[in-house]
Amino acid sequence: MHITTTKGLMDTDLLECKEGNVDNDCECTDWVEYWLGGECVHRSVHVRLKTSPALFAEAAAFA
Amino acid sequence: MSNSQAMATSFLGQLLTGTHNFGSSPTRAGATADSFKAALFLASGTRNAASTTYSVTDEVSGAGYTAGGIAVTNASAPSATNSSATAGVGYWTPSASLVYTTVTLATAFDAVMIYNSTQGDKTVSVHTFGSQTVTAGTFTLTMPTNDTAAALLRLATT
Repeated sequence: MHITTTKGLMDTDLLECKEGNVDNDCECTDWVEYWLGGECVHRSVHVRLKTSPALFAEAAAFA
Repeated sequence: MSNSQAMATSFLGQLLTGTHNFGSSPTRAGATADSFKAALFLASGTRNAASTTYSVTDEVSGAGYTAGGIAVTNASAPSATNSSATAGVGYWTPSASLVYTTVTLATAFDAVMIYNSTQGDKTVSVHTFGSQTVTAGTFTLTMPTNDTAAALLRLATT
């Protein structure tokens, strides 16, 4: 498979792949990096937002 | 039966479609939906509830990224759902992920601003996530489920 890198399109077989993820209350995030000779030549990130704070409204009562 | 003090849930949804105007502006040009955009901001920036208008200050920059960000896909109109006789939620979520394709964003960023490019770039909301960089890659921001509990924009009464 070929991917975009800082050095142009490259075959992933020639690169070292590193992956990671974060999963918390707000997001689930995956990232993938490809390295060549100690240099990161590609990094993509996928953030999945889980929720956002709601804005609360209120109808006032008469005293 | 009895009366219950409440803000109409339909009103919450109508706030999201500009049905009500308690002031004198803006004058809406038509009945079509406005256009919205999504811009990314550096982790060192200060976008928050006080942000009133999109500006390039503190926005990310790098190969493949255009200042101002990308268009937000808006194929689903806002909804409003009652949860009780006195409470409800008006809500809306973009209908597609935000995808910044083949970009290099070397300085850490952790926020996306949704703003109204039809109405003078006025800010709608700011959403944060874990700090990221992208190198000759794609940054994808997938939206939460469009429902009363998780939608990207929720106006709620309790």
